[in-house]
Amino acid sequence: MINRIFAWLTDGAHWQGYDGIAARLIEHLGYSLIAVLVAALIAIPLGLYIGHTGHGRFLVVNLAGAARAIPSLGLLLLAVLWLGPRFNGDIAFLLPAGLVLVVLAIPPILSGAYAGVEGVDPDARDAAKGMGMGGSQVLRHVELPCALPLIMSGIRAGTMQVIATATIAAVVGLGGLGRFLIDGLAVRDTPQTASGAILVALLALSVDMVLAMVQALIVSRGLTGRYKRVKTFDPDAGVTPPAPALQHVA
Amino acid sequence: MIRFDSVSKHYPDGTKAVDELTFEAPTGQITVLVGPSGCGKTTSLRMINRMIEPSGGRIWIDDQDTSTMDETELRRGIGYVIQHAGLFPHRTIVANIATVPRLLGWNRARAEARALELLERVGLPAGFARRYPAQLSGGEQQRVGVARALAADPPVMLMDEPFSAVDPVVREQLQDEFLRLQGDLGKTIVFVTHDIDEAIKLGDRVAVLRAGGHLAQLADPAYLLAHPVDDFVADFLGKDRGYRALSFQGSPAFSLTQEQTVPLGATPAQAAGAARDGWVLVVDASRRPLGWIESGRVKSPIKPEMLHRGGTVATVGGPLRNVLDAALSSPSRRGVMVDDEGAFVGTIRAHEVLAEIEERARPELEDQEARA
Repeated sequence: MINRIFAWLTDGAHWQGYDGIAARLIEHLGYSLIAVLVAALIAIPLGLYIGHTGHGRFLVVNLAGAARAIPSLGLLLLAVLWLGPRFNGDIAFLLPAGLVLVVLAIPPILSGAYAGVEGVDPDARDAAKGMGMGGSQVLRHVELPCALPLIMSGIRAGTMQVIATATIAAVVGLGGLGRFLIDGLAVRDTPQTASGAILVALLALSVDMVLAMVQALIVSRGLTGRYKRVKTFDPDAGVTPPAPALQHVA
Repeated sequence: MIRFDSVSKHYPDGTKAVDELTFEAPTGQITVLVGPSGCGKTTSLRMINRMIEPSGGRIWIDDQDTSTMDETELRRGIGYVIQHAGLFPHRTIVANIATVPRLLGWNRARAEARALELLERVGLPAGFARRYPAQLSGGEQQRVGVARALAADPPVMLMDEPFSAVDPVVREQLQDEFLRLQGDLGKTIVFVTHDIDEAIKLGDRVAVLRAGGHLAQLADPAYLLAHPVDDFVADFLGKDRGYRALSFQGSPAFSLTQEQTVPLGATPAQAAGAARDGWVLVVDASRRPLGWIESGRVKSPIKPEMLHRGGTVATVGGPLRNVLDAALSSPSRRGVMVDDEGAFVGTIRAHEVLAEIEERARPELEDQEARA
């Protein structure tokens, strides 16, 4: 079995053409990145705003909880049935599918951004205000950089979910790596089905690795604890002066 | 000068945090607001830079009404130090210190040069510049907090319990260095603490507040200890008021008793020869006192670990409290006095210090009014 999967994956013919692995990979990545980008553009400003002002906190809490219960396949079919007839051509499928992916990516990114700002040390925020930063300066210079680790984990969680869910977009006739799964199942071509699953998993892992590297680059070392080792020469190290027996009253 | 003119802070639920508070914090001095929790001291402080808006009255900085000034302008002109320092965890130490200069539009190079200068000023090594706050101890972070507040050289500083979150030894160091720094800089400082000992040590003037934001008494520390205005202030000042008040009285040129001393390594015979009433003082090569030793117990050349460690040392001309303490804490009953270089000059006994104290008048109301 493993040999057959390996054979399927390494067959050069399967990689080429408009329905080959390479093209599907790019499609899959494309859908996912666009969906995450749109979700981030909505969720990050909203999360920062809610965290900064405290307005609408209930929205985040409820949304994040409710989102876990959304059945993605059901939502996808519902969106296609509802929106599909209103558009023509590819857009009739692309739009509903894209919408569902965006909807799924928003909650983790939103709660990451909100929790990140909410979690900023109140003393740091107080000091920033007290030194004469205006509201937007506090947000840009203190809250946003301090919230970055949680914003990035929100984006990574959202991206994983989108890459996984984009697979089922194939059910409604879209491209992407889901095609191999769905088509493979339809014709009982197990090597093709399994290869599709493996490719989705590999794609998700590689994208997460790239995002992890981006996170390491943009998050301050002061927050991650990965300090550059500074070598300093201390001539007094290890030498303690003898303590006088009498203590001087200051 | 900062002037409170019938300043109140009332909350919608009817709580009065501060009620009709009127006082002045003179230019170049440390005015300490002290009181139990809920006395409105922090609220009063935070109304100066309008982190809290007063609900009545006016606060003046020199001849400017703070309520007419732009909030951020006002704050950039006032140094602000808080309890846990509140450093920005994502910025290096040097970037933290340079915050206000950068807000004021200084270029990076100038702001950084200034930050490095201040790092040294607050007693931190230049090697800390590129570190992050999490790499520093609480006491070191608090020094950075002070440096950050000083960065744009504001004439006014607000300090909200800046030293209360560090351990007692570090707190004492920070207080001493703060006083030394203030001696150089002469800022107009309003300082909030709940610790009356800190208030008395640091304040040029101490304002004792009672619950509900009422000013119970405002005076210099020596006067406060001698003349608490009522039971509340007296209780708040606590015990040992007479003894603590001696901190503010310099000592005269006492005629000291000369002592024969011995160096480390002295033999039992030398110790016995120099001892008086069974005790002899051991000094180092520059005559700095090291400790007392009972000559009868010296069986071999004197080593440091044989010395008695209980006694304190007082400087000639220093506060009477230190002189009295040196006498009281000395195992030989003879208080060790040193000169400014720390070299031994002679000893004094408790009754001689007490005789001097009895001669003196306590600080009286007239003095206070003359000073105010």
